[in-house]
Amino acid sequence: MIAHDDATMILQAIRTDMRFDTSPAPHVIAGYTVPRIMFQVLFALVPAGIAHVALFGPGLLLQLSVACVTALLAEAAALRWRGRDAAPALKDGSVLVTAFLLAFSIPPLLPWWLGALGTALAVLLGKHVFGGLGQNPFNPAMVGYAILLVSFPAEMTRWPVPMDVDGARTWSELARMSYAGFYGAELTARWDGYTGATALDSIRSGLNLRYTLPELLGRGDIAGTLGARGFAWINLAALAGGLYLMLRRIVRWHIPVAVLGGLLVPSFIAHGLDSGIALGPAMQAFSGATMLTAFFIATDPVSAATSDRGRLWYGAGIGLIAWIIRTWGGYPDGFAFAVLLMNLAVPFIDRYTVPRIYGRQP
Amino acid sequence: MAARSTFPAGLVLDAHKQQACGTPIIELPLPTHVVLALDQGTGYSAEPVVAVGDAVATGTLVARADHPYASAVHAPLAGIVVAIETREAAAQGGRSVCIVIEGDGSDRIDASLRPVTDPASLSPEELVQRMRDAGIAGLGGAGFPTSSKLASARDLGAQTLILNGAECEPWICCDDALMRSAADDVVLGALILRRAAGAVRCVIAIEDDKPAAIAAVTGAIERLRDDALTLVVVPAVYPQGAERQLITAVAGVEVPSGGLPADAGVVCQNVATAAAVARWATRGEPMLSRVVTVTGSGVWHPGNVRAPIGTPLAALIAASGGYRGTPLRLIAGGSMTGRALPSDEVGLTKAMNCVLVATRDDIGSRLGAVELPCIRCGDCASACPAGLLPQQLLRAALADAHDTLRQLGVRDCIDCGLCDYVCPSQIPLADRFRDARRRLNETEAMVKKAADARERHDLHKHRLQEAATAEQQAFASVRDRARRRDDDSAGDTN
Repeated sequence: MIAHDDATMILQAIRTDMRFDTSPAPHVIAGYTVPRIMFQVLFALVPAGIAHVALFGPGLLLQLSVACVTALLAEAAALRWRGRDAAPALKDGSVLVTAFLLAFSIPPLLPWWLGALGTALAVLLGKHVFGGLGQNPFNPAMVGYAILLVSFPAEMTRWPVPMDVDGARTWSELARMSYAGFYGAELTARWDGYTGATALDSIRSGLNLRYTLPELLGRGDIAGTLGARGFAWINLAALAGGLYLMLRRIVRWHIPVAVLGGLLVPSFIAHGLDSGIALGPAMQAFSGATMLTAFFIATDPVSAATSDRGRLWYGAGIGLIAWIIRTWGGYPDGFAFAVLLMNLAVPFIDRYTVPRIYGRQP
Repeated sequence: MAARSTFPAGLVLDAHKQQACGTPIIELPLPTHVVLALDQGTGYSAEPVVAVGDAVATGTLVARADHPYASAVHAPLAGIVVAIETREAAAQGGRSVCIVIEGDGSDRIDASLRPVTDPASLSPEELVQRMRDAGIAGLGGAGFPTSSKLASARDLGAQTLILNGAECEPWICCDDALMRSAADDVVLGALILRRAAGAVRCVIAIEDDKPAAIAAVTGAIERLRDDALTLVVVPAVYPQGAERQLITAVAGVEVPSGGLPADAGVVCQNVATAAAVARWATRGEPMLSRVVTVTGSGVWHPGNVRAPIGTPLAALIAASGGYRGTPLRLIAGGSMTGRALPSDEVGLTKAMNCVLVATRDDIGSRLGAVELPCIRCGDCASACPAGLLPQQLLRAALADAHDTLRQLGVRDCIDCGLCDYVCPSQIPLADRFRDARRRLNETEAMVKKAADARERHDLHKHRLQEAATAEQQAFASVRDRARRRDDDSAGDTN
């Protein structure tokens, strides 16, 4: 080994002008950056997006485009007003995740200005008034969604009849309907019967009219073999995307498992006690925004609890509140409010779930 | 041997060990000069006992350890002391007073050096004292004097000696090389250390990615037939070799926060330190050299080198084939906790287990990092082996909130760098915490100084008051006496 070129060795040994950078340790990092995480999250939403478009028509793509454009513009404007450099924030992808989650949550028939309004509110009121990325106590997409839902209840609960319901219109007609809805045309006579409430909404109003659950589920336009018509497939696809995120270690298991546990355990018990009015776990899991919330919305780290134990409480709270709203509340799904309510509880949860430091008493 | 326990959290990192590990240890020829830092890495300096111009022989004591955290320094070659001055060094703060010795090429050996004929004949106290005189210090990376650790272990009655052969940090493999080539020395040193520490058993812990070292040490233990000396294989998870984490993995106990390993009944020593103890016992040689890994993409022939303490790093790098490509950082230690040195004029210290000559290939991830806001992902907390919440610590550090920092355990941080490593926002967390600890220490020192000053001031005032009162009283009594005398005499006249 020493027998390397002697002359070089001597030359190297007498060099005295070498100066080196003395930056602090560690000198390597994993390099798994925020933008990479955000784009992985977007990528993991692709299966759910495909299912969405296949079942409800291309409305999602229209909503996605308006949400993304609005989100980027709102982010840039907010950073400008706050006197910050907009370039790195626009590239980090976080605002696109907000836009995607909102676009997935709103009905594909929503007029474009409502999608734009919701996105702008999400970015400005949900994120930047608190100081931008990392500072927002609430999930921005859910802030936008909740404001739209309470302000425009009719528009926000009108969905196309999904393709897997017998007698649904063809996909190209769904497409035409989506464009009409997107541009704000009145969806009246021509589309009558092809728009309506979601499965969860229909069940809720049916139960209020004193129907029994087996009657409602037996109608064929509400429930399929697994869960809600249309939504079951989206939930399955979101589950697949979520498992991918867990496999890539972007999402850790605590929040999704706790959300599903918080929703499914009470529904299992209630269904066992009275299957005439209480939805069973399968129907709960594969309807509405269950999987999207469990894997993509509740897992937003900024607005979630920080420790593993805290995340279990946080997720379980979301699942439980969603179950309560679905069972007794005034809204059919309830996940948006469940997430926002548990966002409020995060400082409290964090305070009481500090992990034990090595070498200290619990 | 089969135990596969480990500590909570941590992370499996790219080891980068194959570069340097394949080849046997090279003995470096004596360098032309050595630069002996009086602070060998602990932040406490030894006191020079030679002057410029003095002739020294191999093994001559050149600096005496007065502070328990400093270690005695000996001349690793015969020659003349040419300078004693402050230089850049691999010491705390990056500078230390250094003794520079120019070699004269002779092999004069200091007359005082003699082997310990029978370590068993020495009392544990004598063993500890003589190791202190021999400048034996921890070779695992901290450079802490072995004698001080052994003494506190004895005082607190530690029963278990753990020999740390985990060597968990990327790039470093000098302990691995040493265990493979000198397992008998490691085991002999283990017995001497066990006796000196007053421990009843010794466990040698090696990570499972070093099968050759495990085999060599197993063989050495079998030859010895000592039931109280065992080998434990631990998983290769970073930072398995961190003292507290290894204790938890091996002994299943935790070192109390702010306490010493001995508080948990354990004392830790590095395997290379044990081998050095054996060298000292069999040859009478004080700590004159160590095995160091010279590696990285910035040298031609990575490998392990036995070199005299004080060898300028330039000579080590030359022995490894010289610089290759564009070295950007010269790191004393591994990529996770190593200290980046400003120049290769710096001398090898006892604490330096690795010289990582890093090019962009090795540290590119850090060089390209752009800091973003924390997104509270919690990856740092999941990785933290000390169970801390780095994201909350960061907020406390930025706010300089000292009570919160203490409560969140900024001093329980073992500086492993994992939070930094995993952070997707690429925030230099480890350095922020180092900074926070420094400020916290400074503030506490200042508060103590202020309190001392206030007390001194109060006492001073009190003393002045007492003096004034005494003076007043004296004056009053003199005056009273004078008045009485006046009154008396006035009475006389009346």
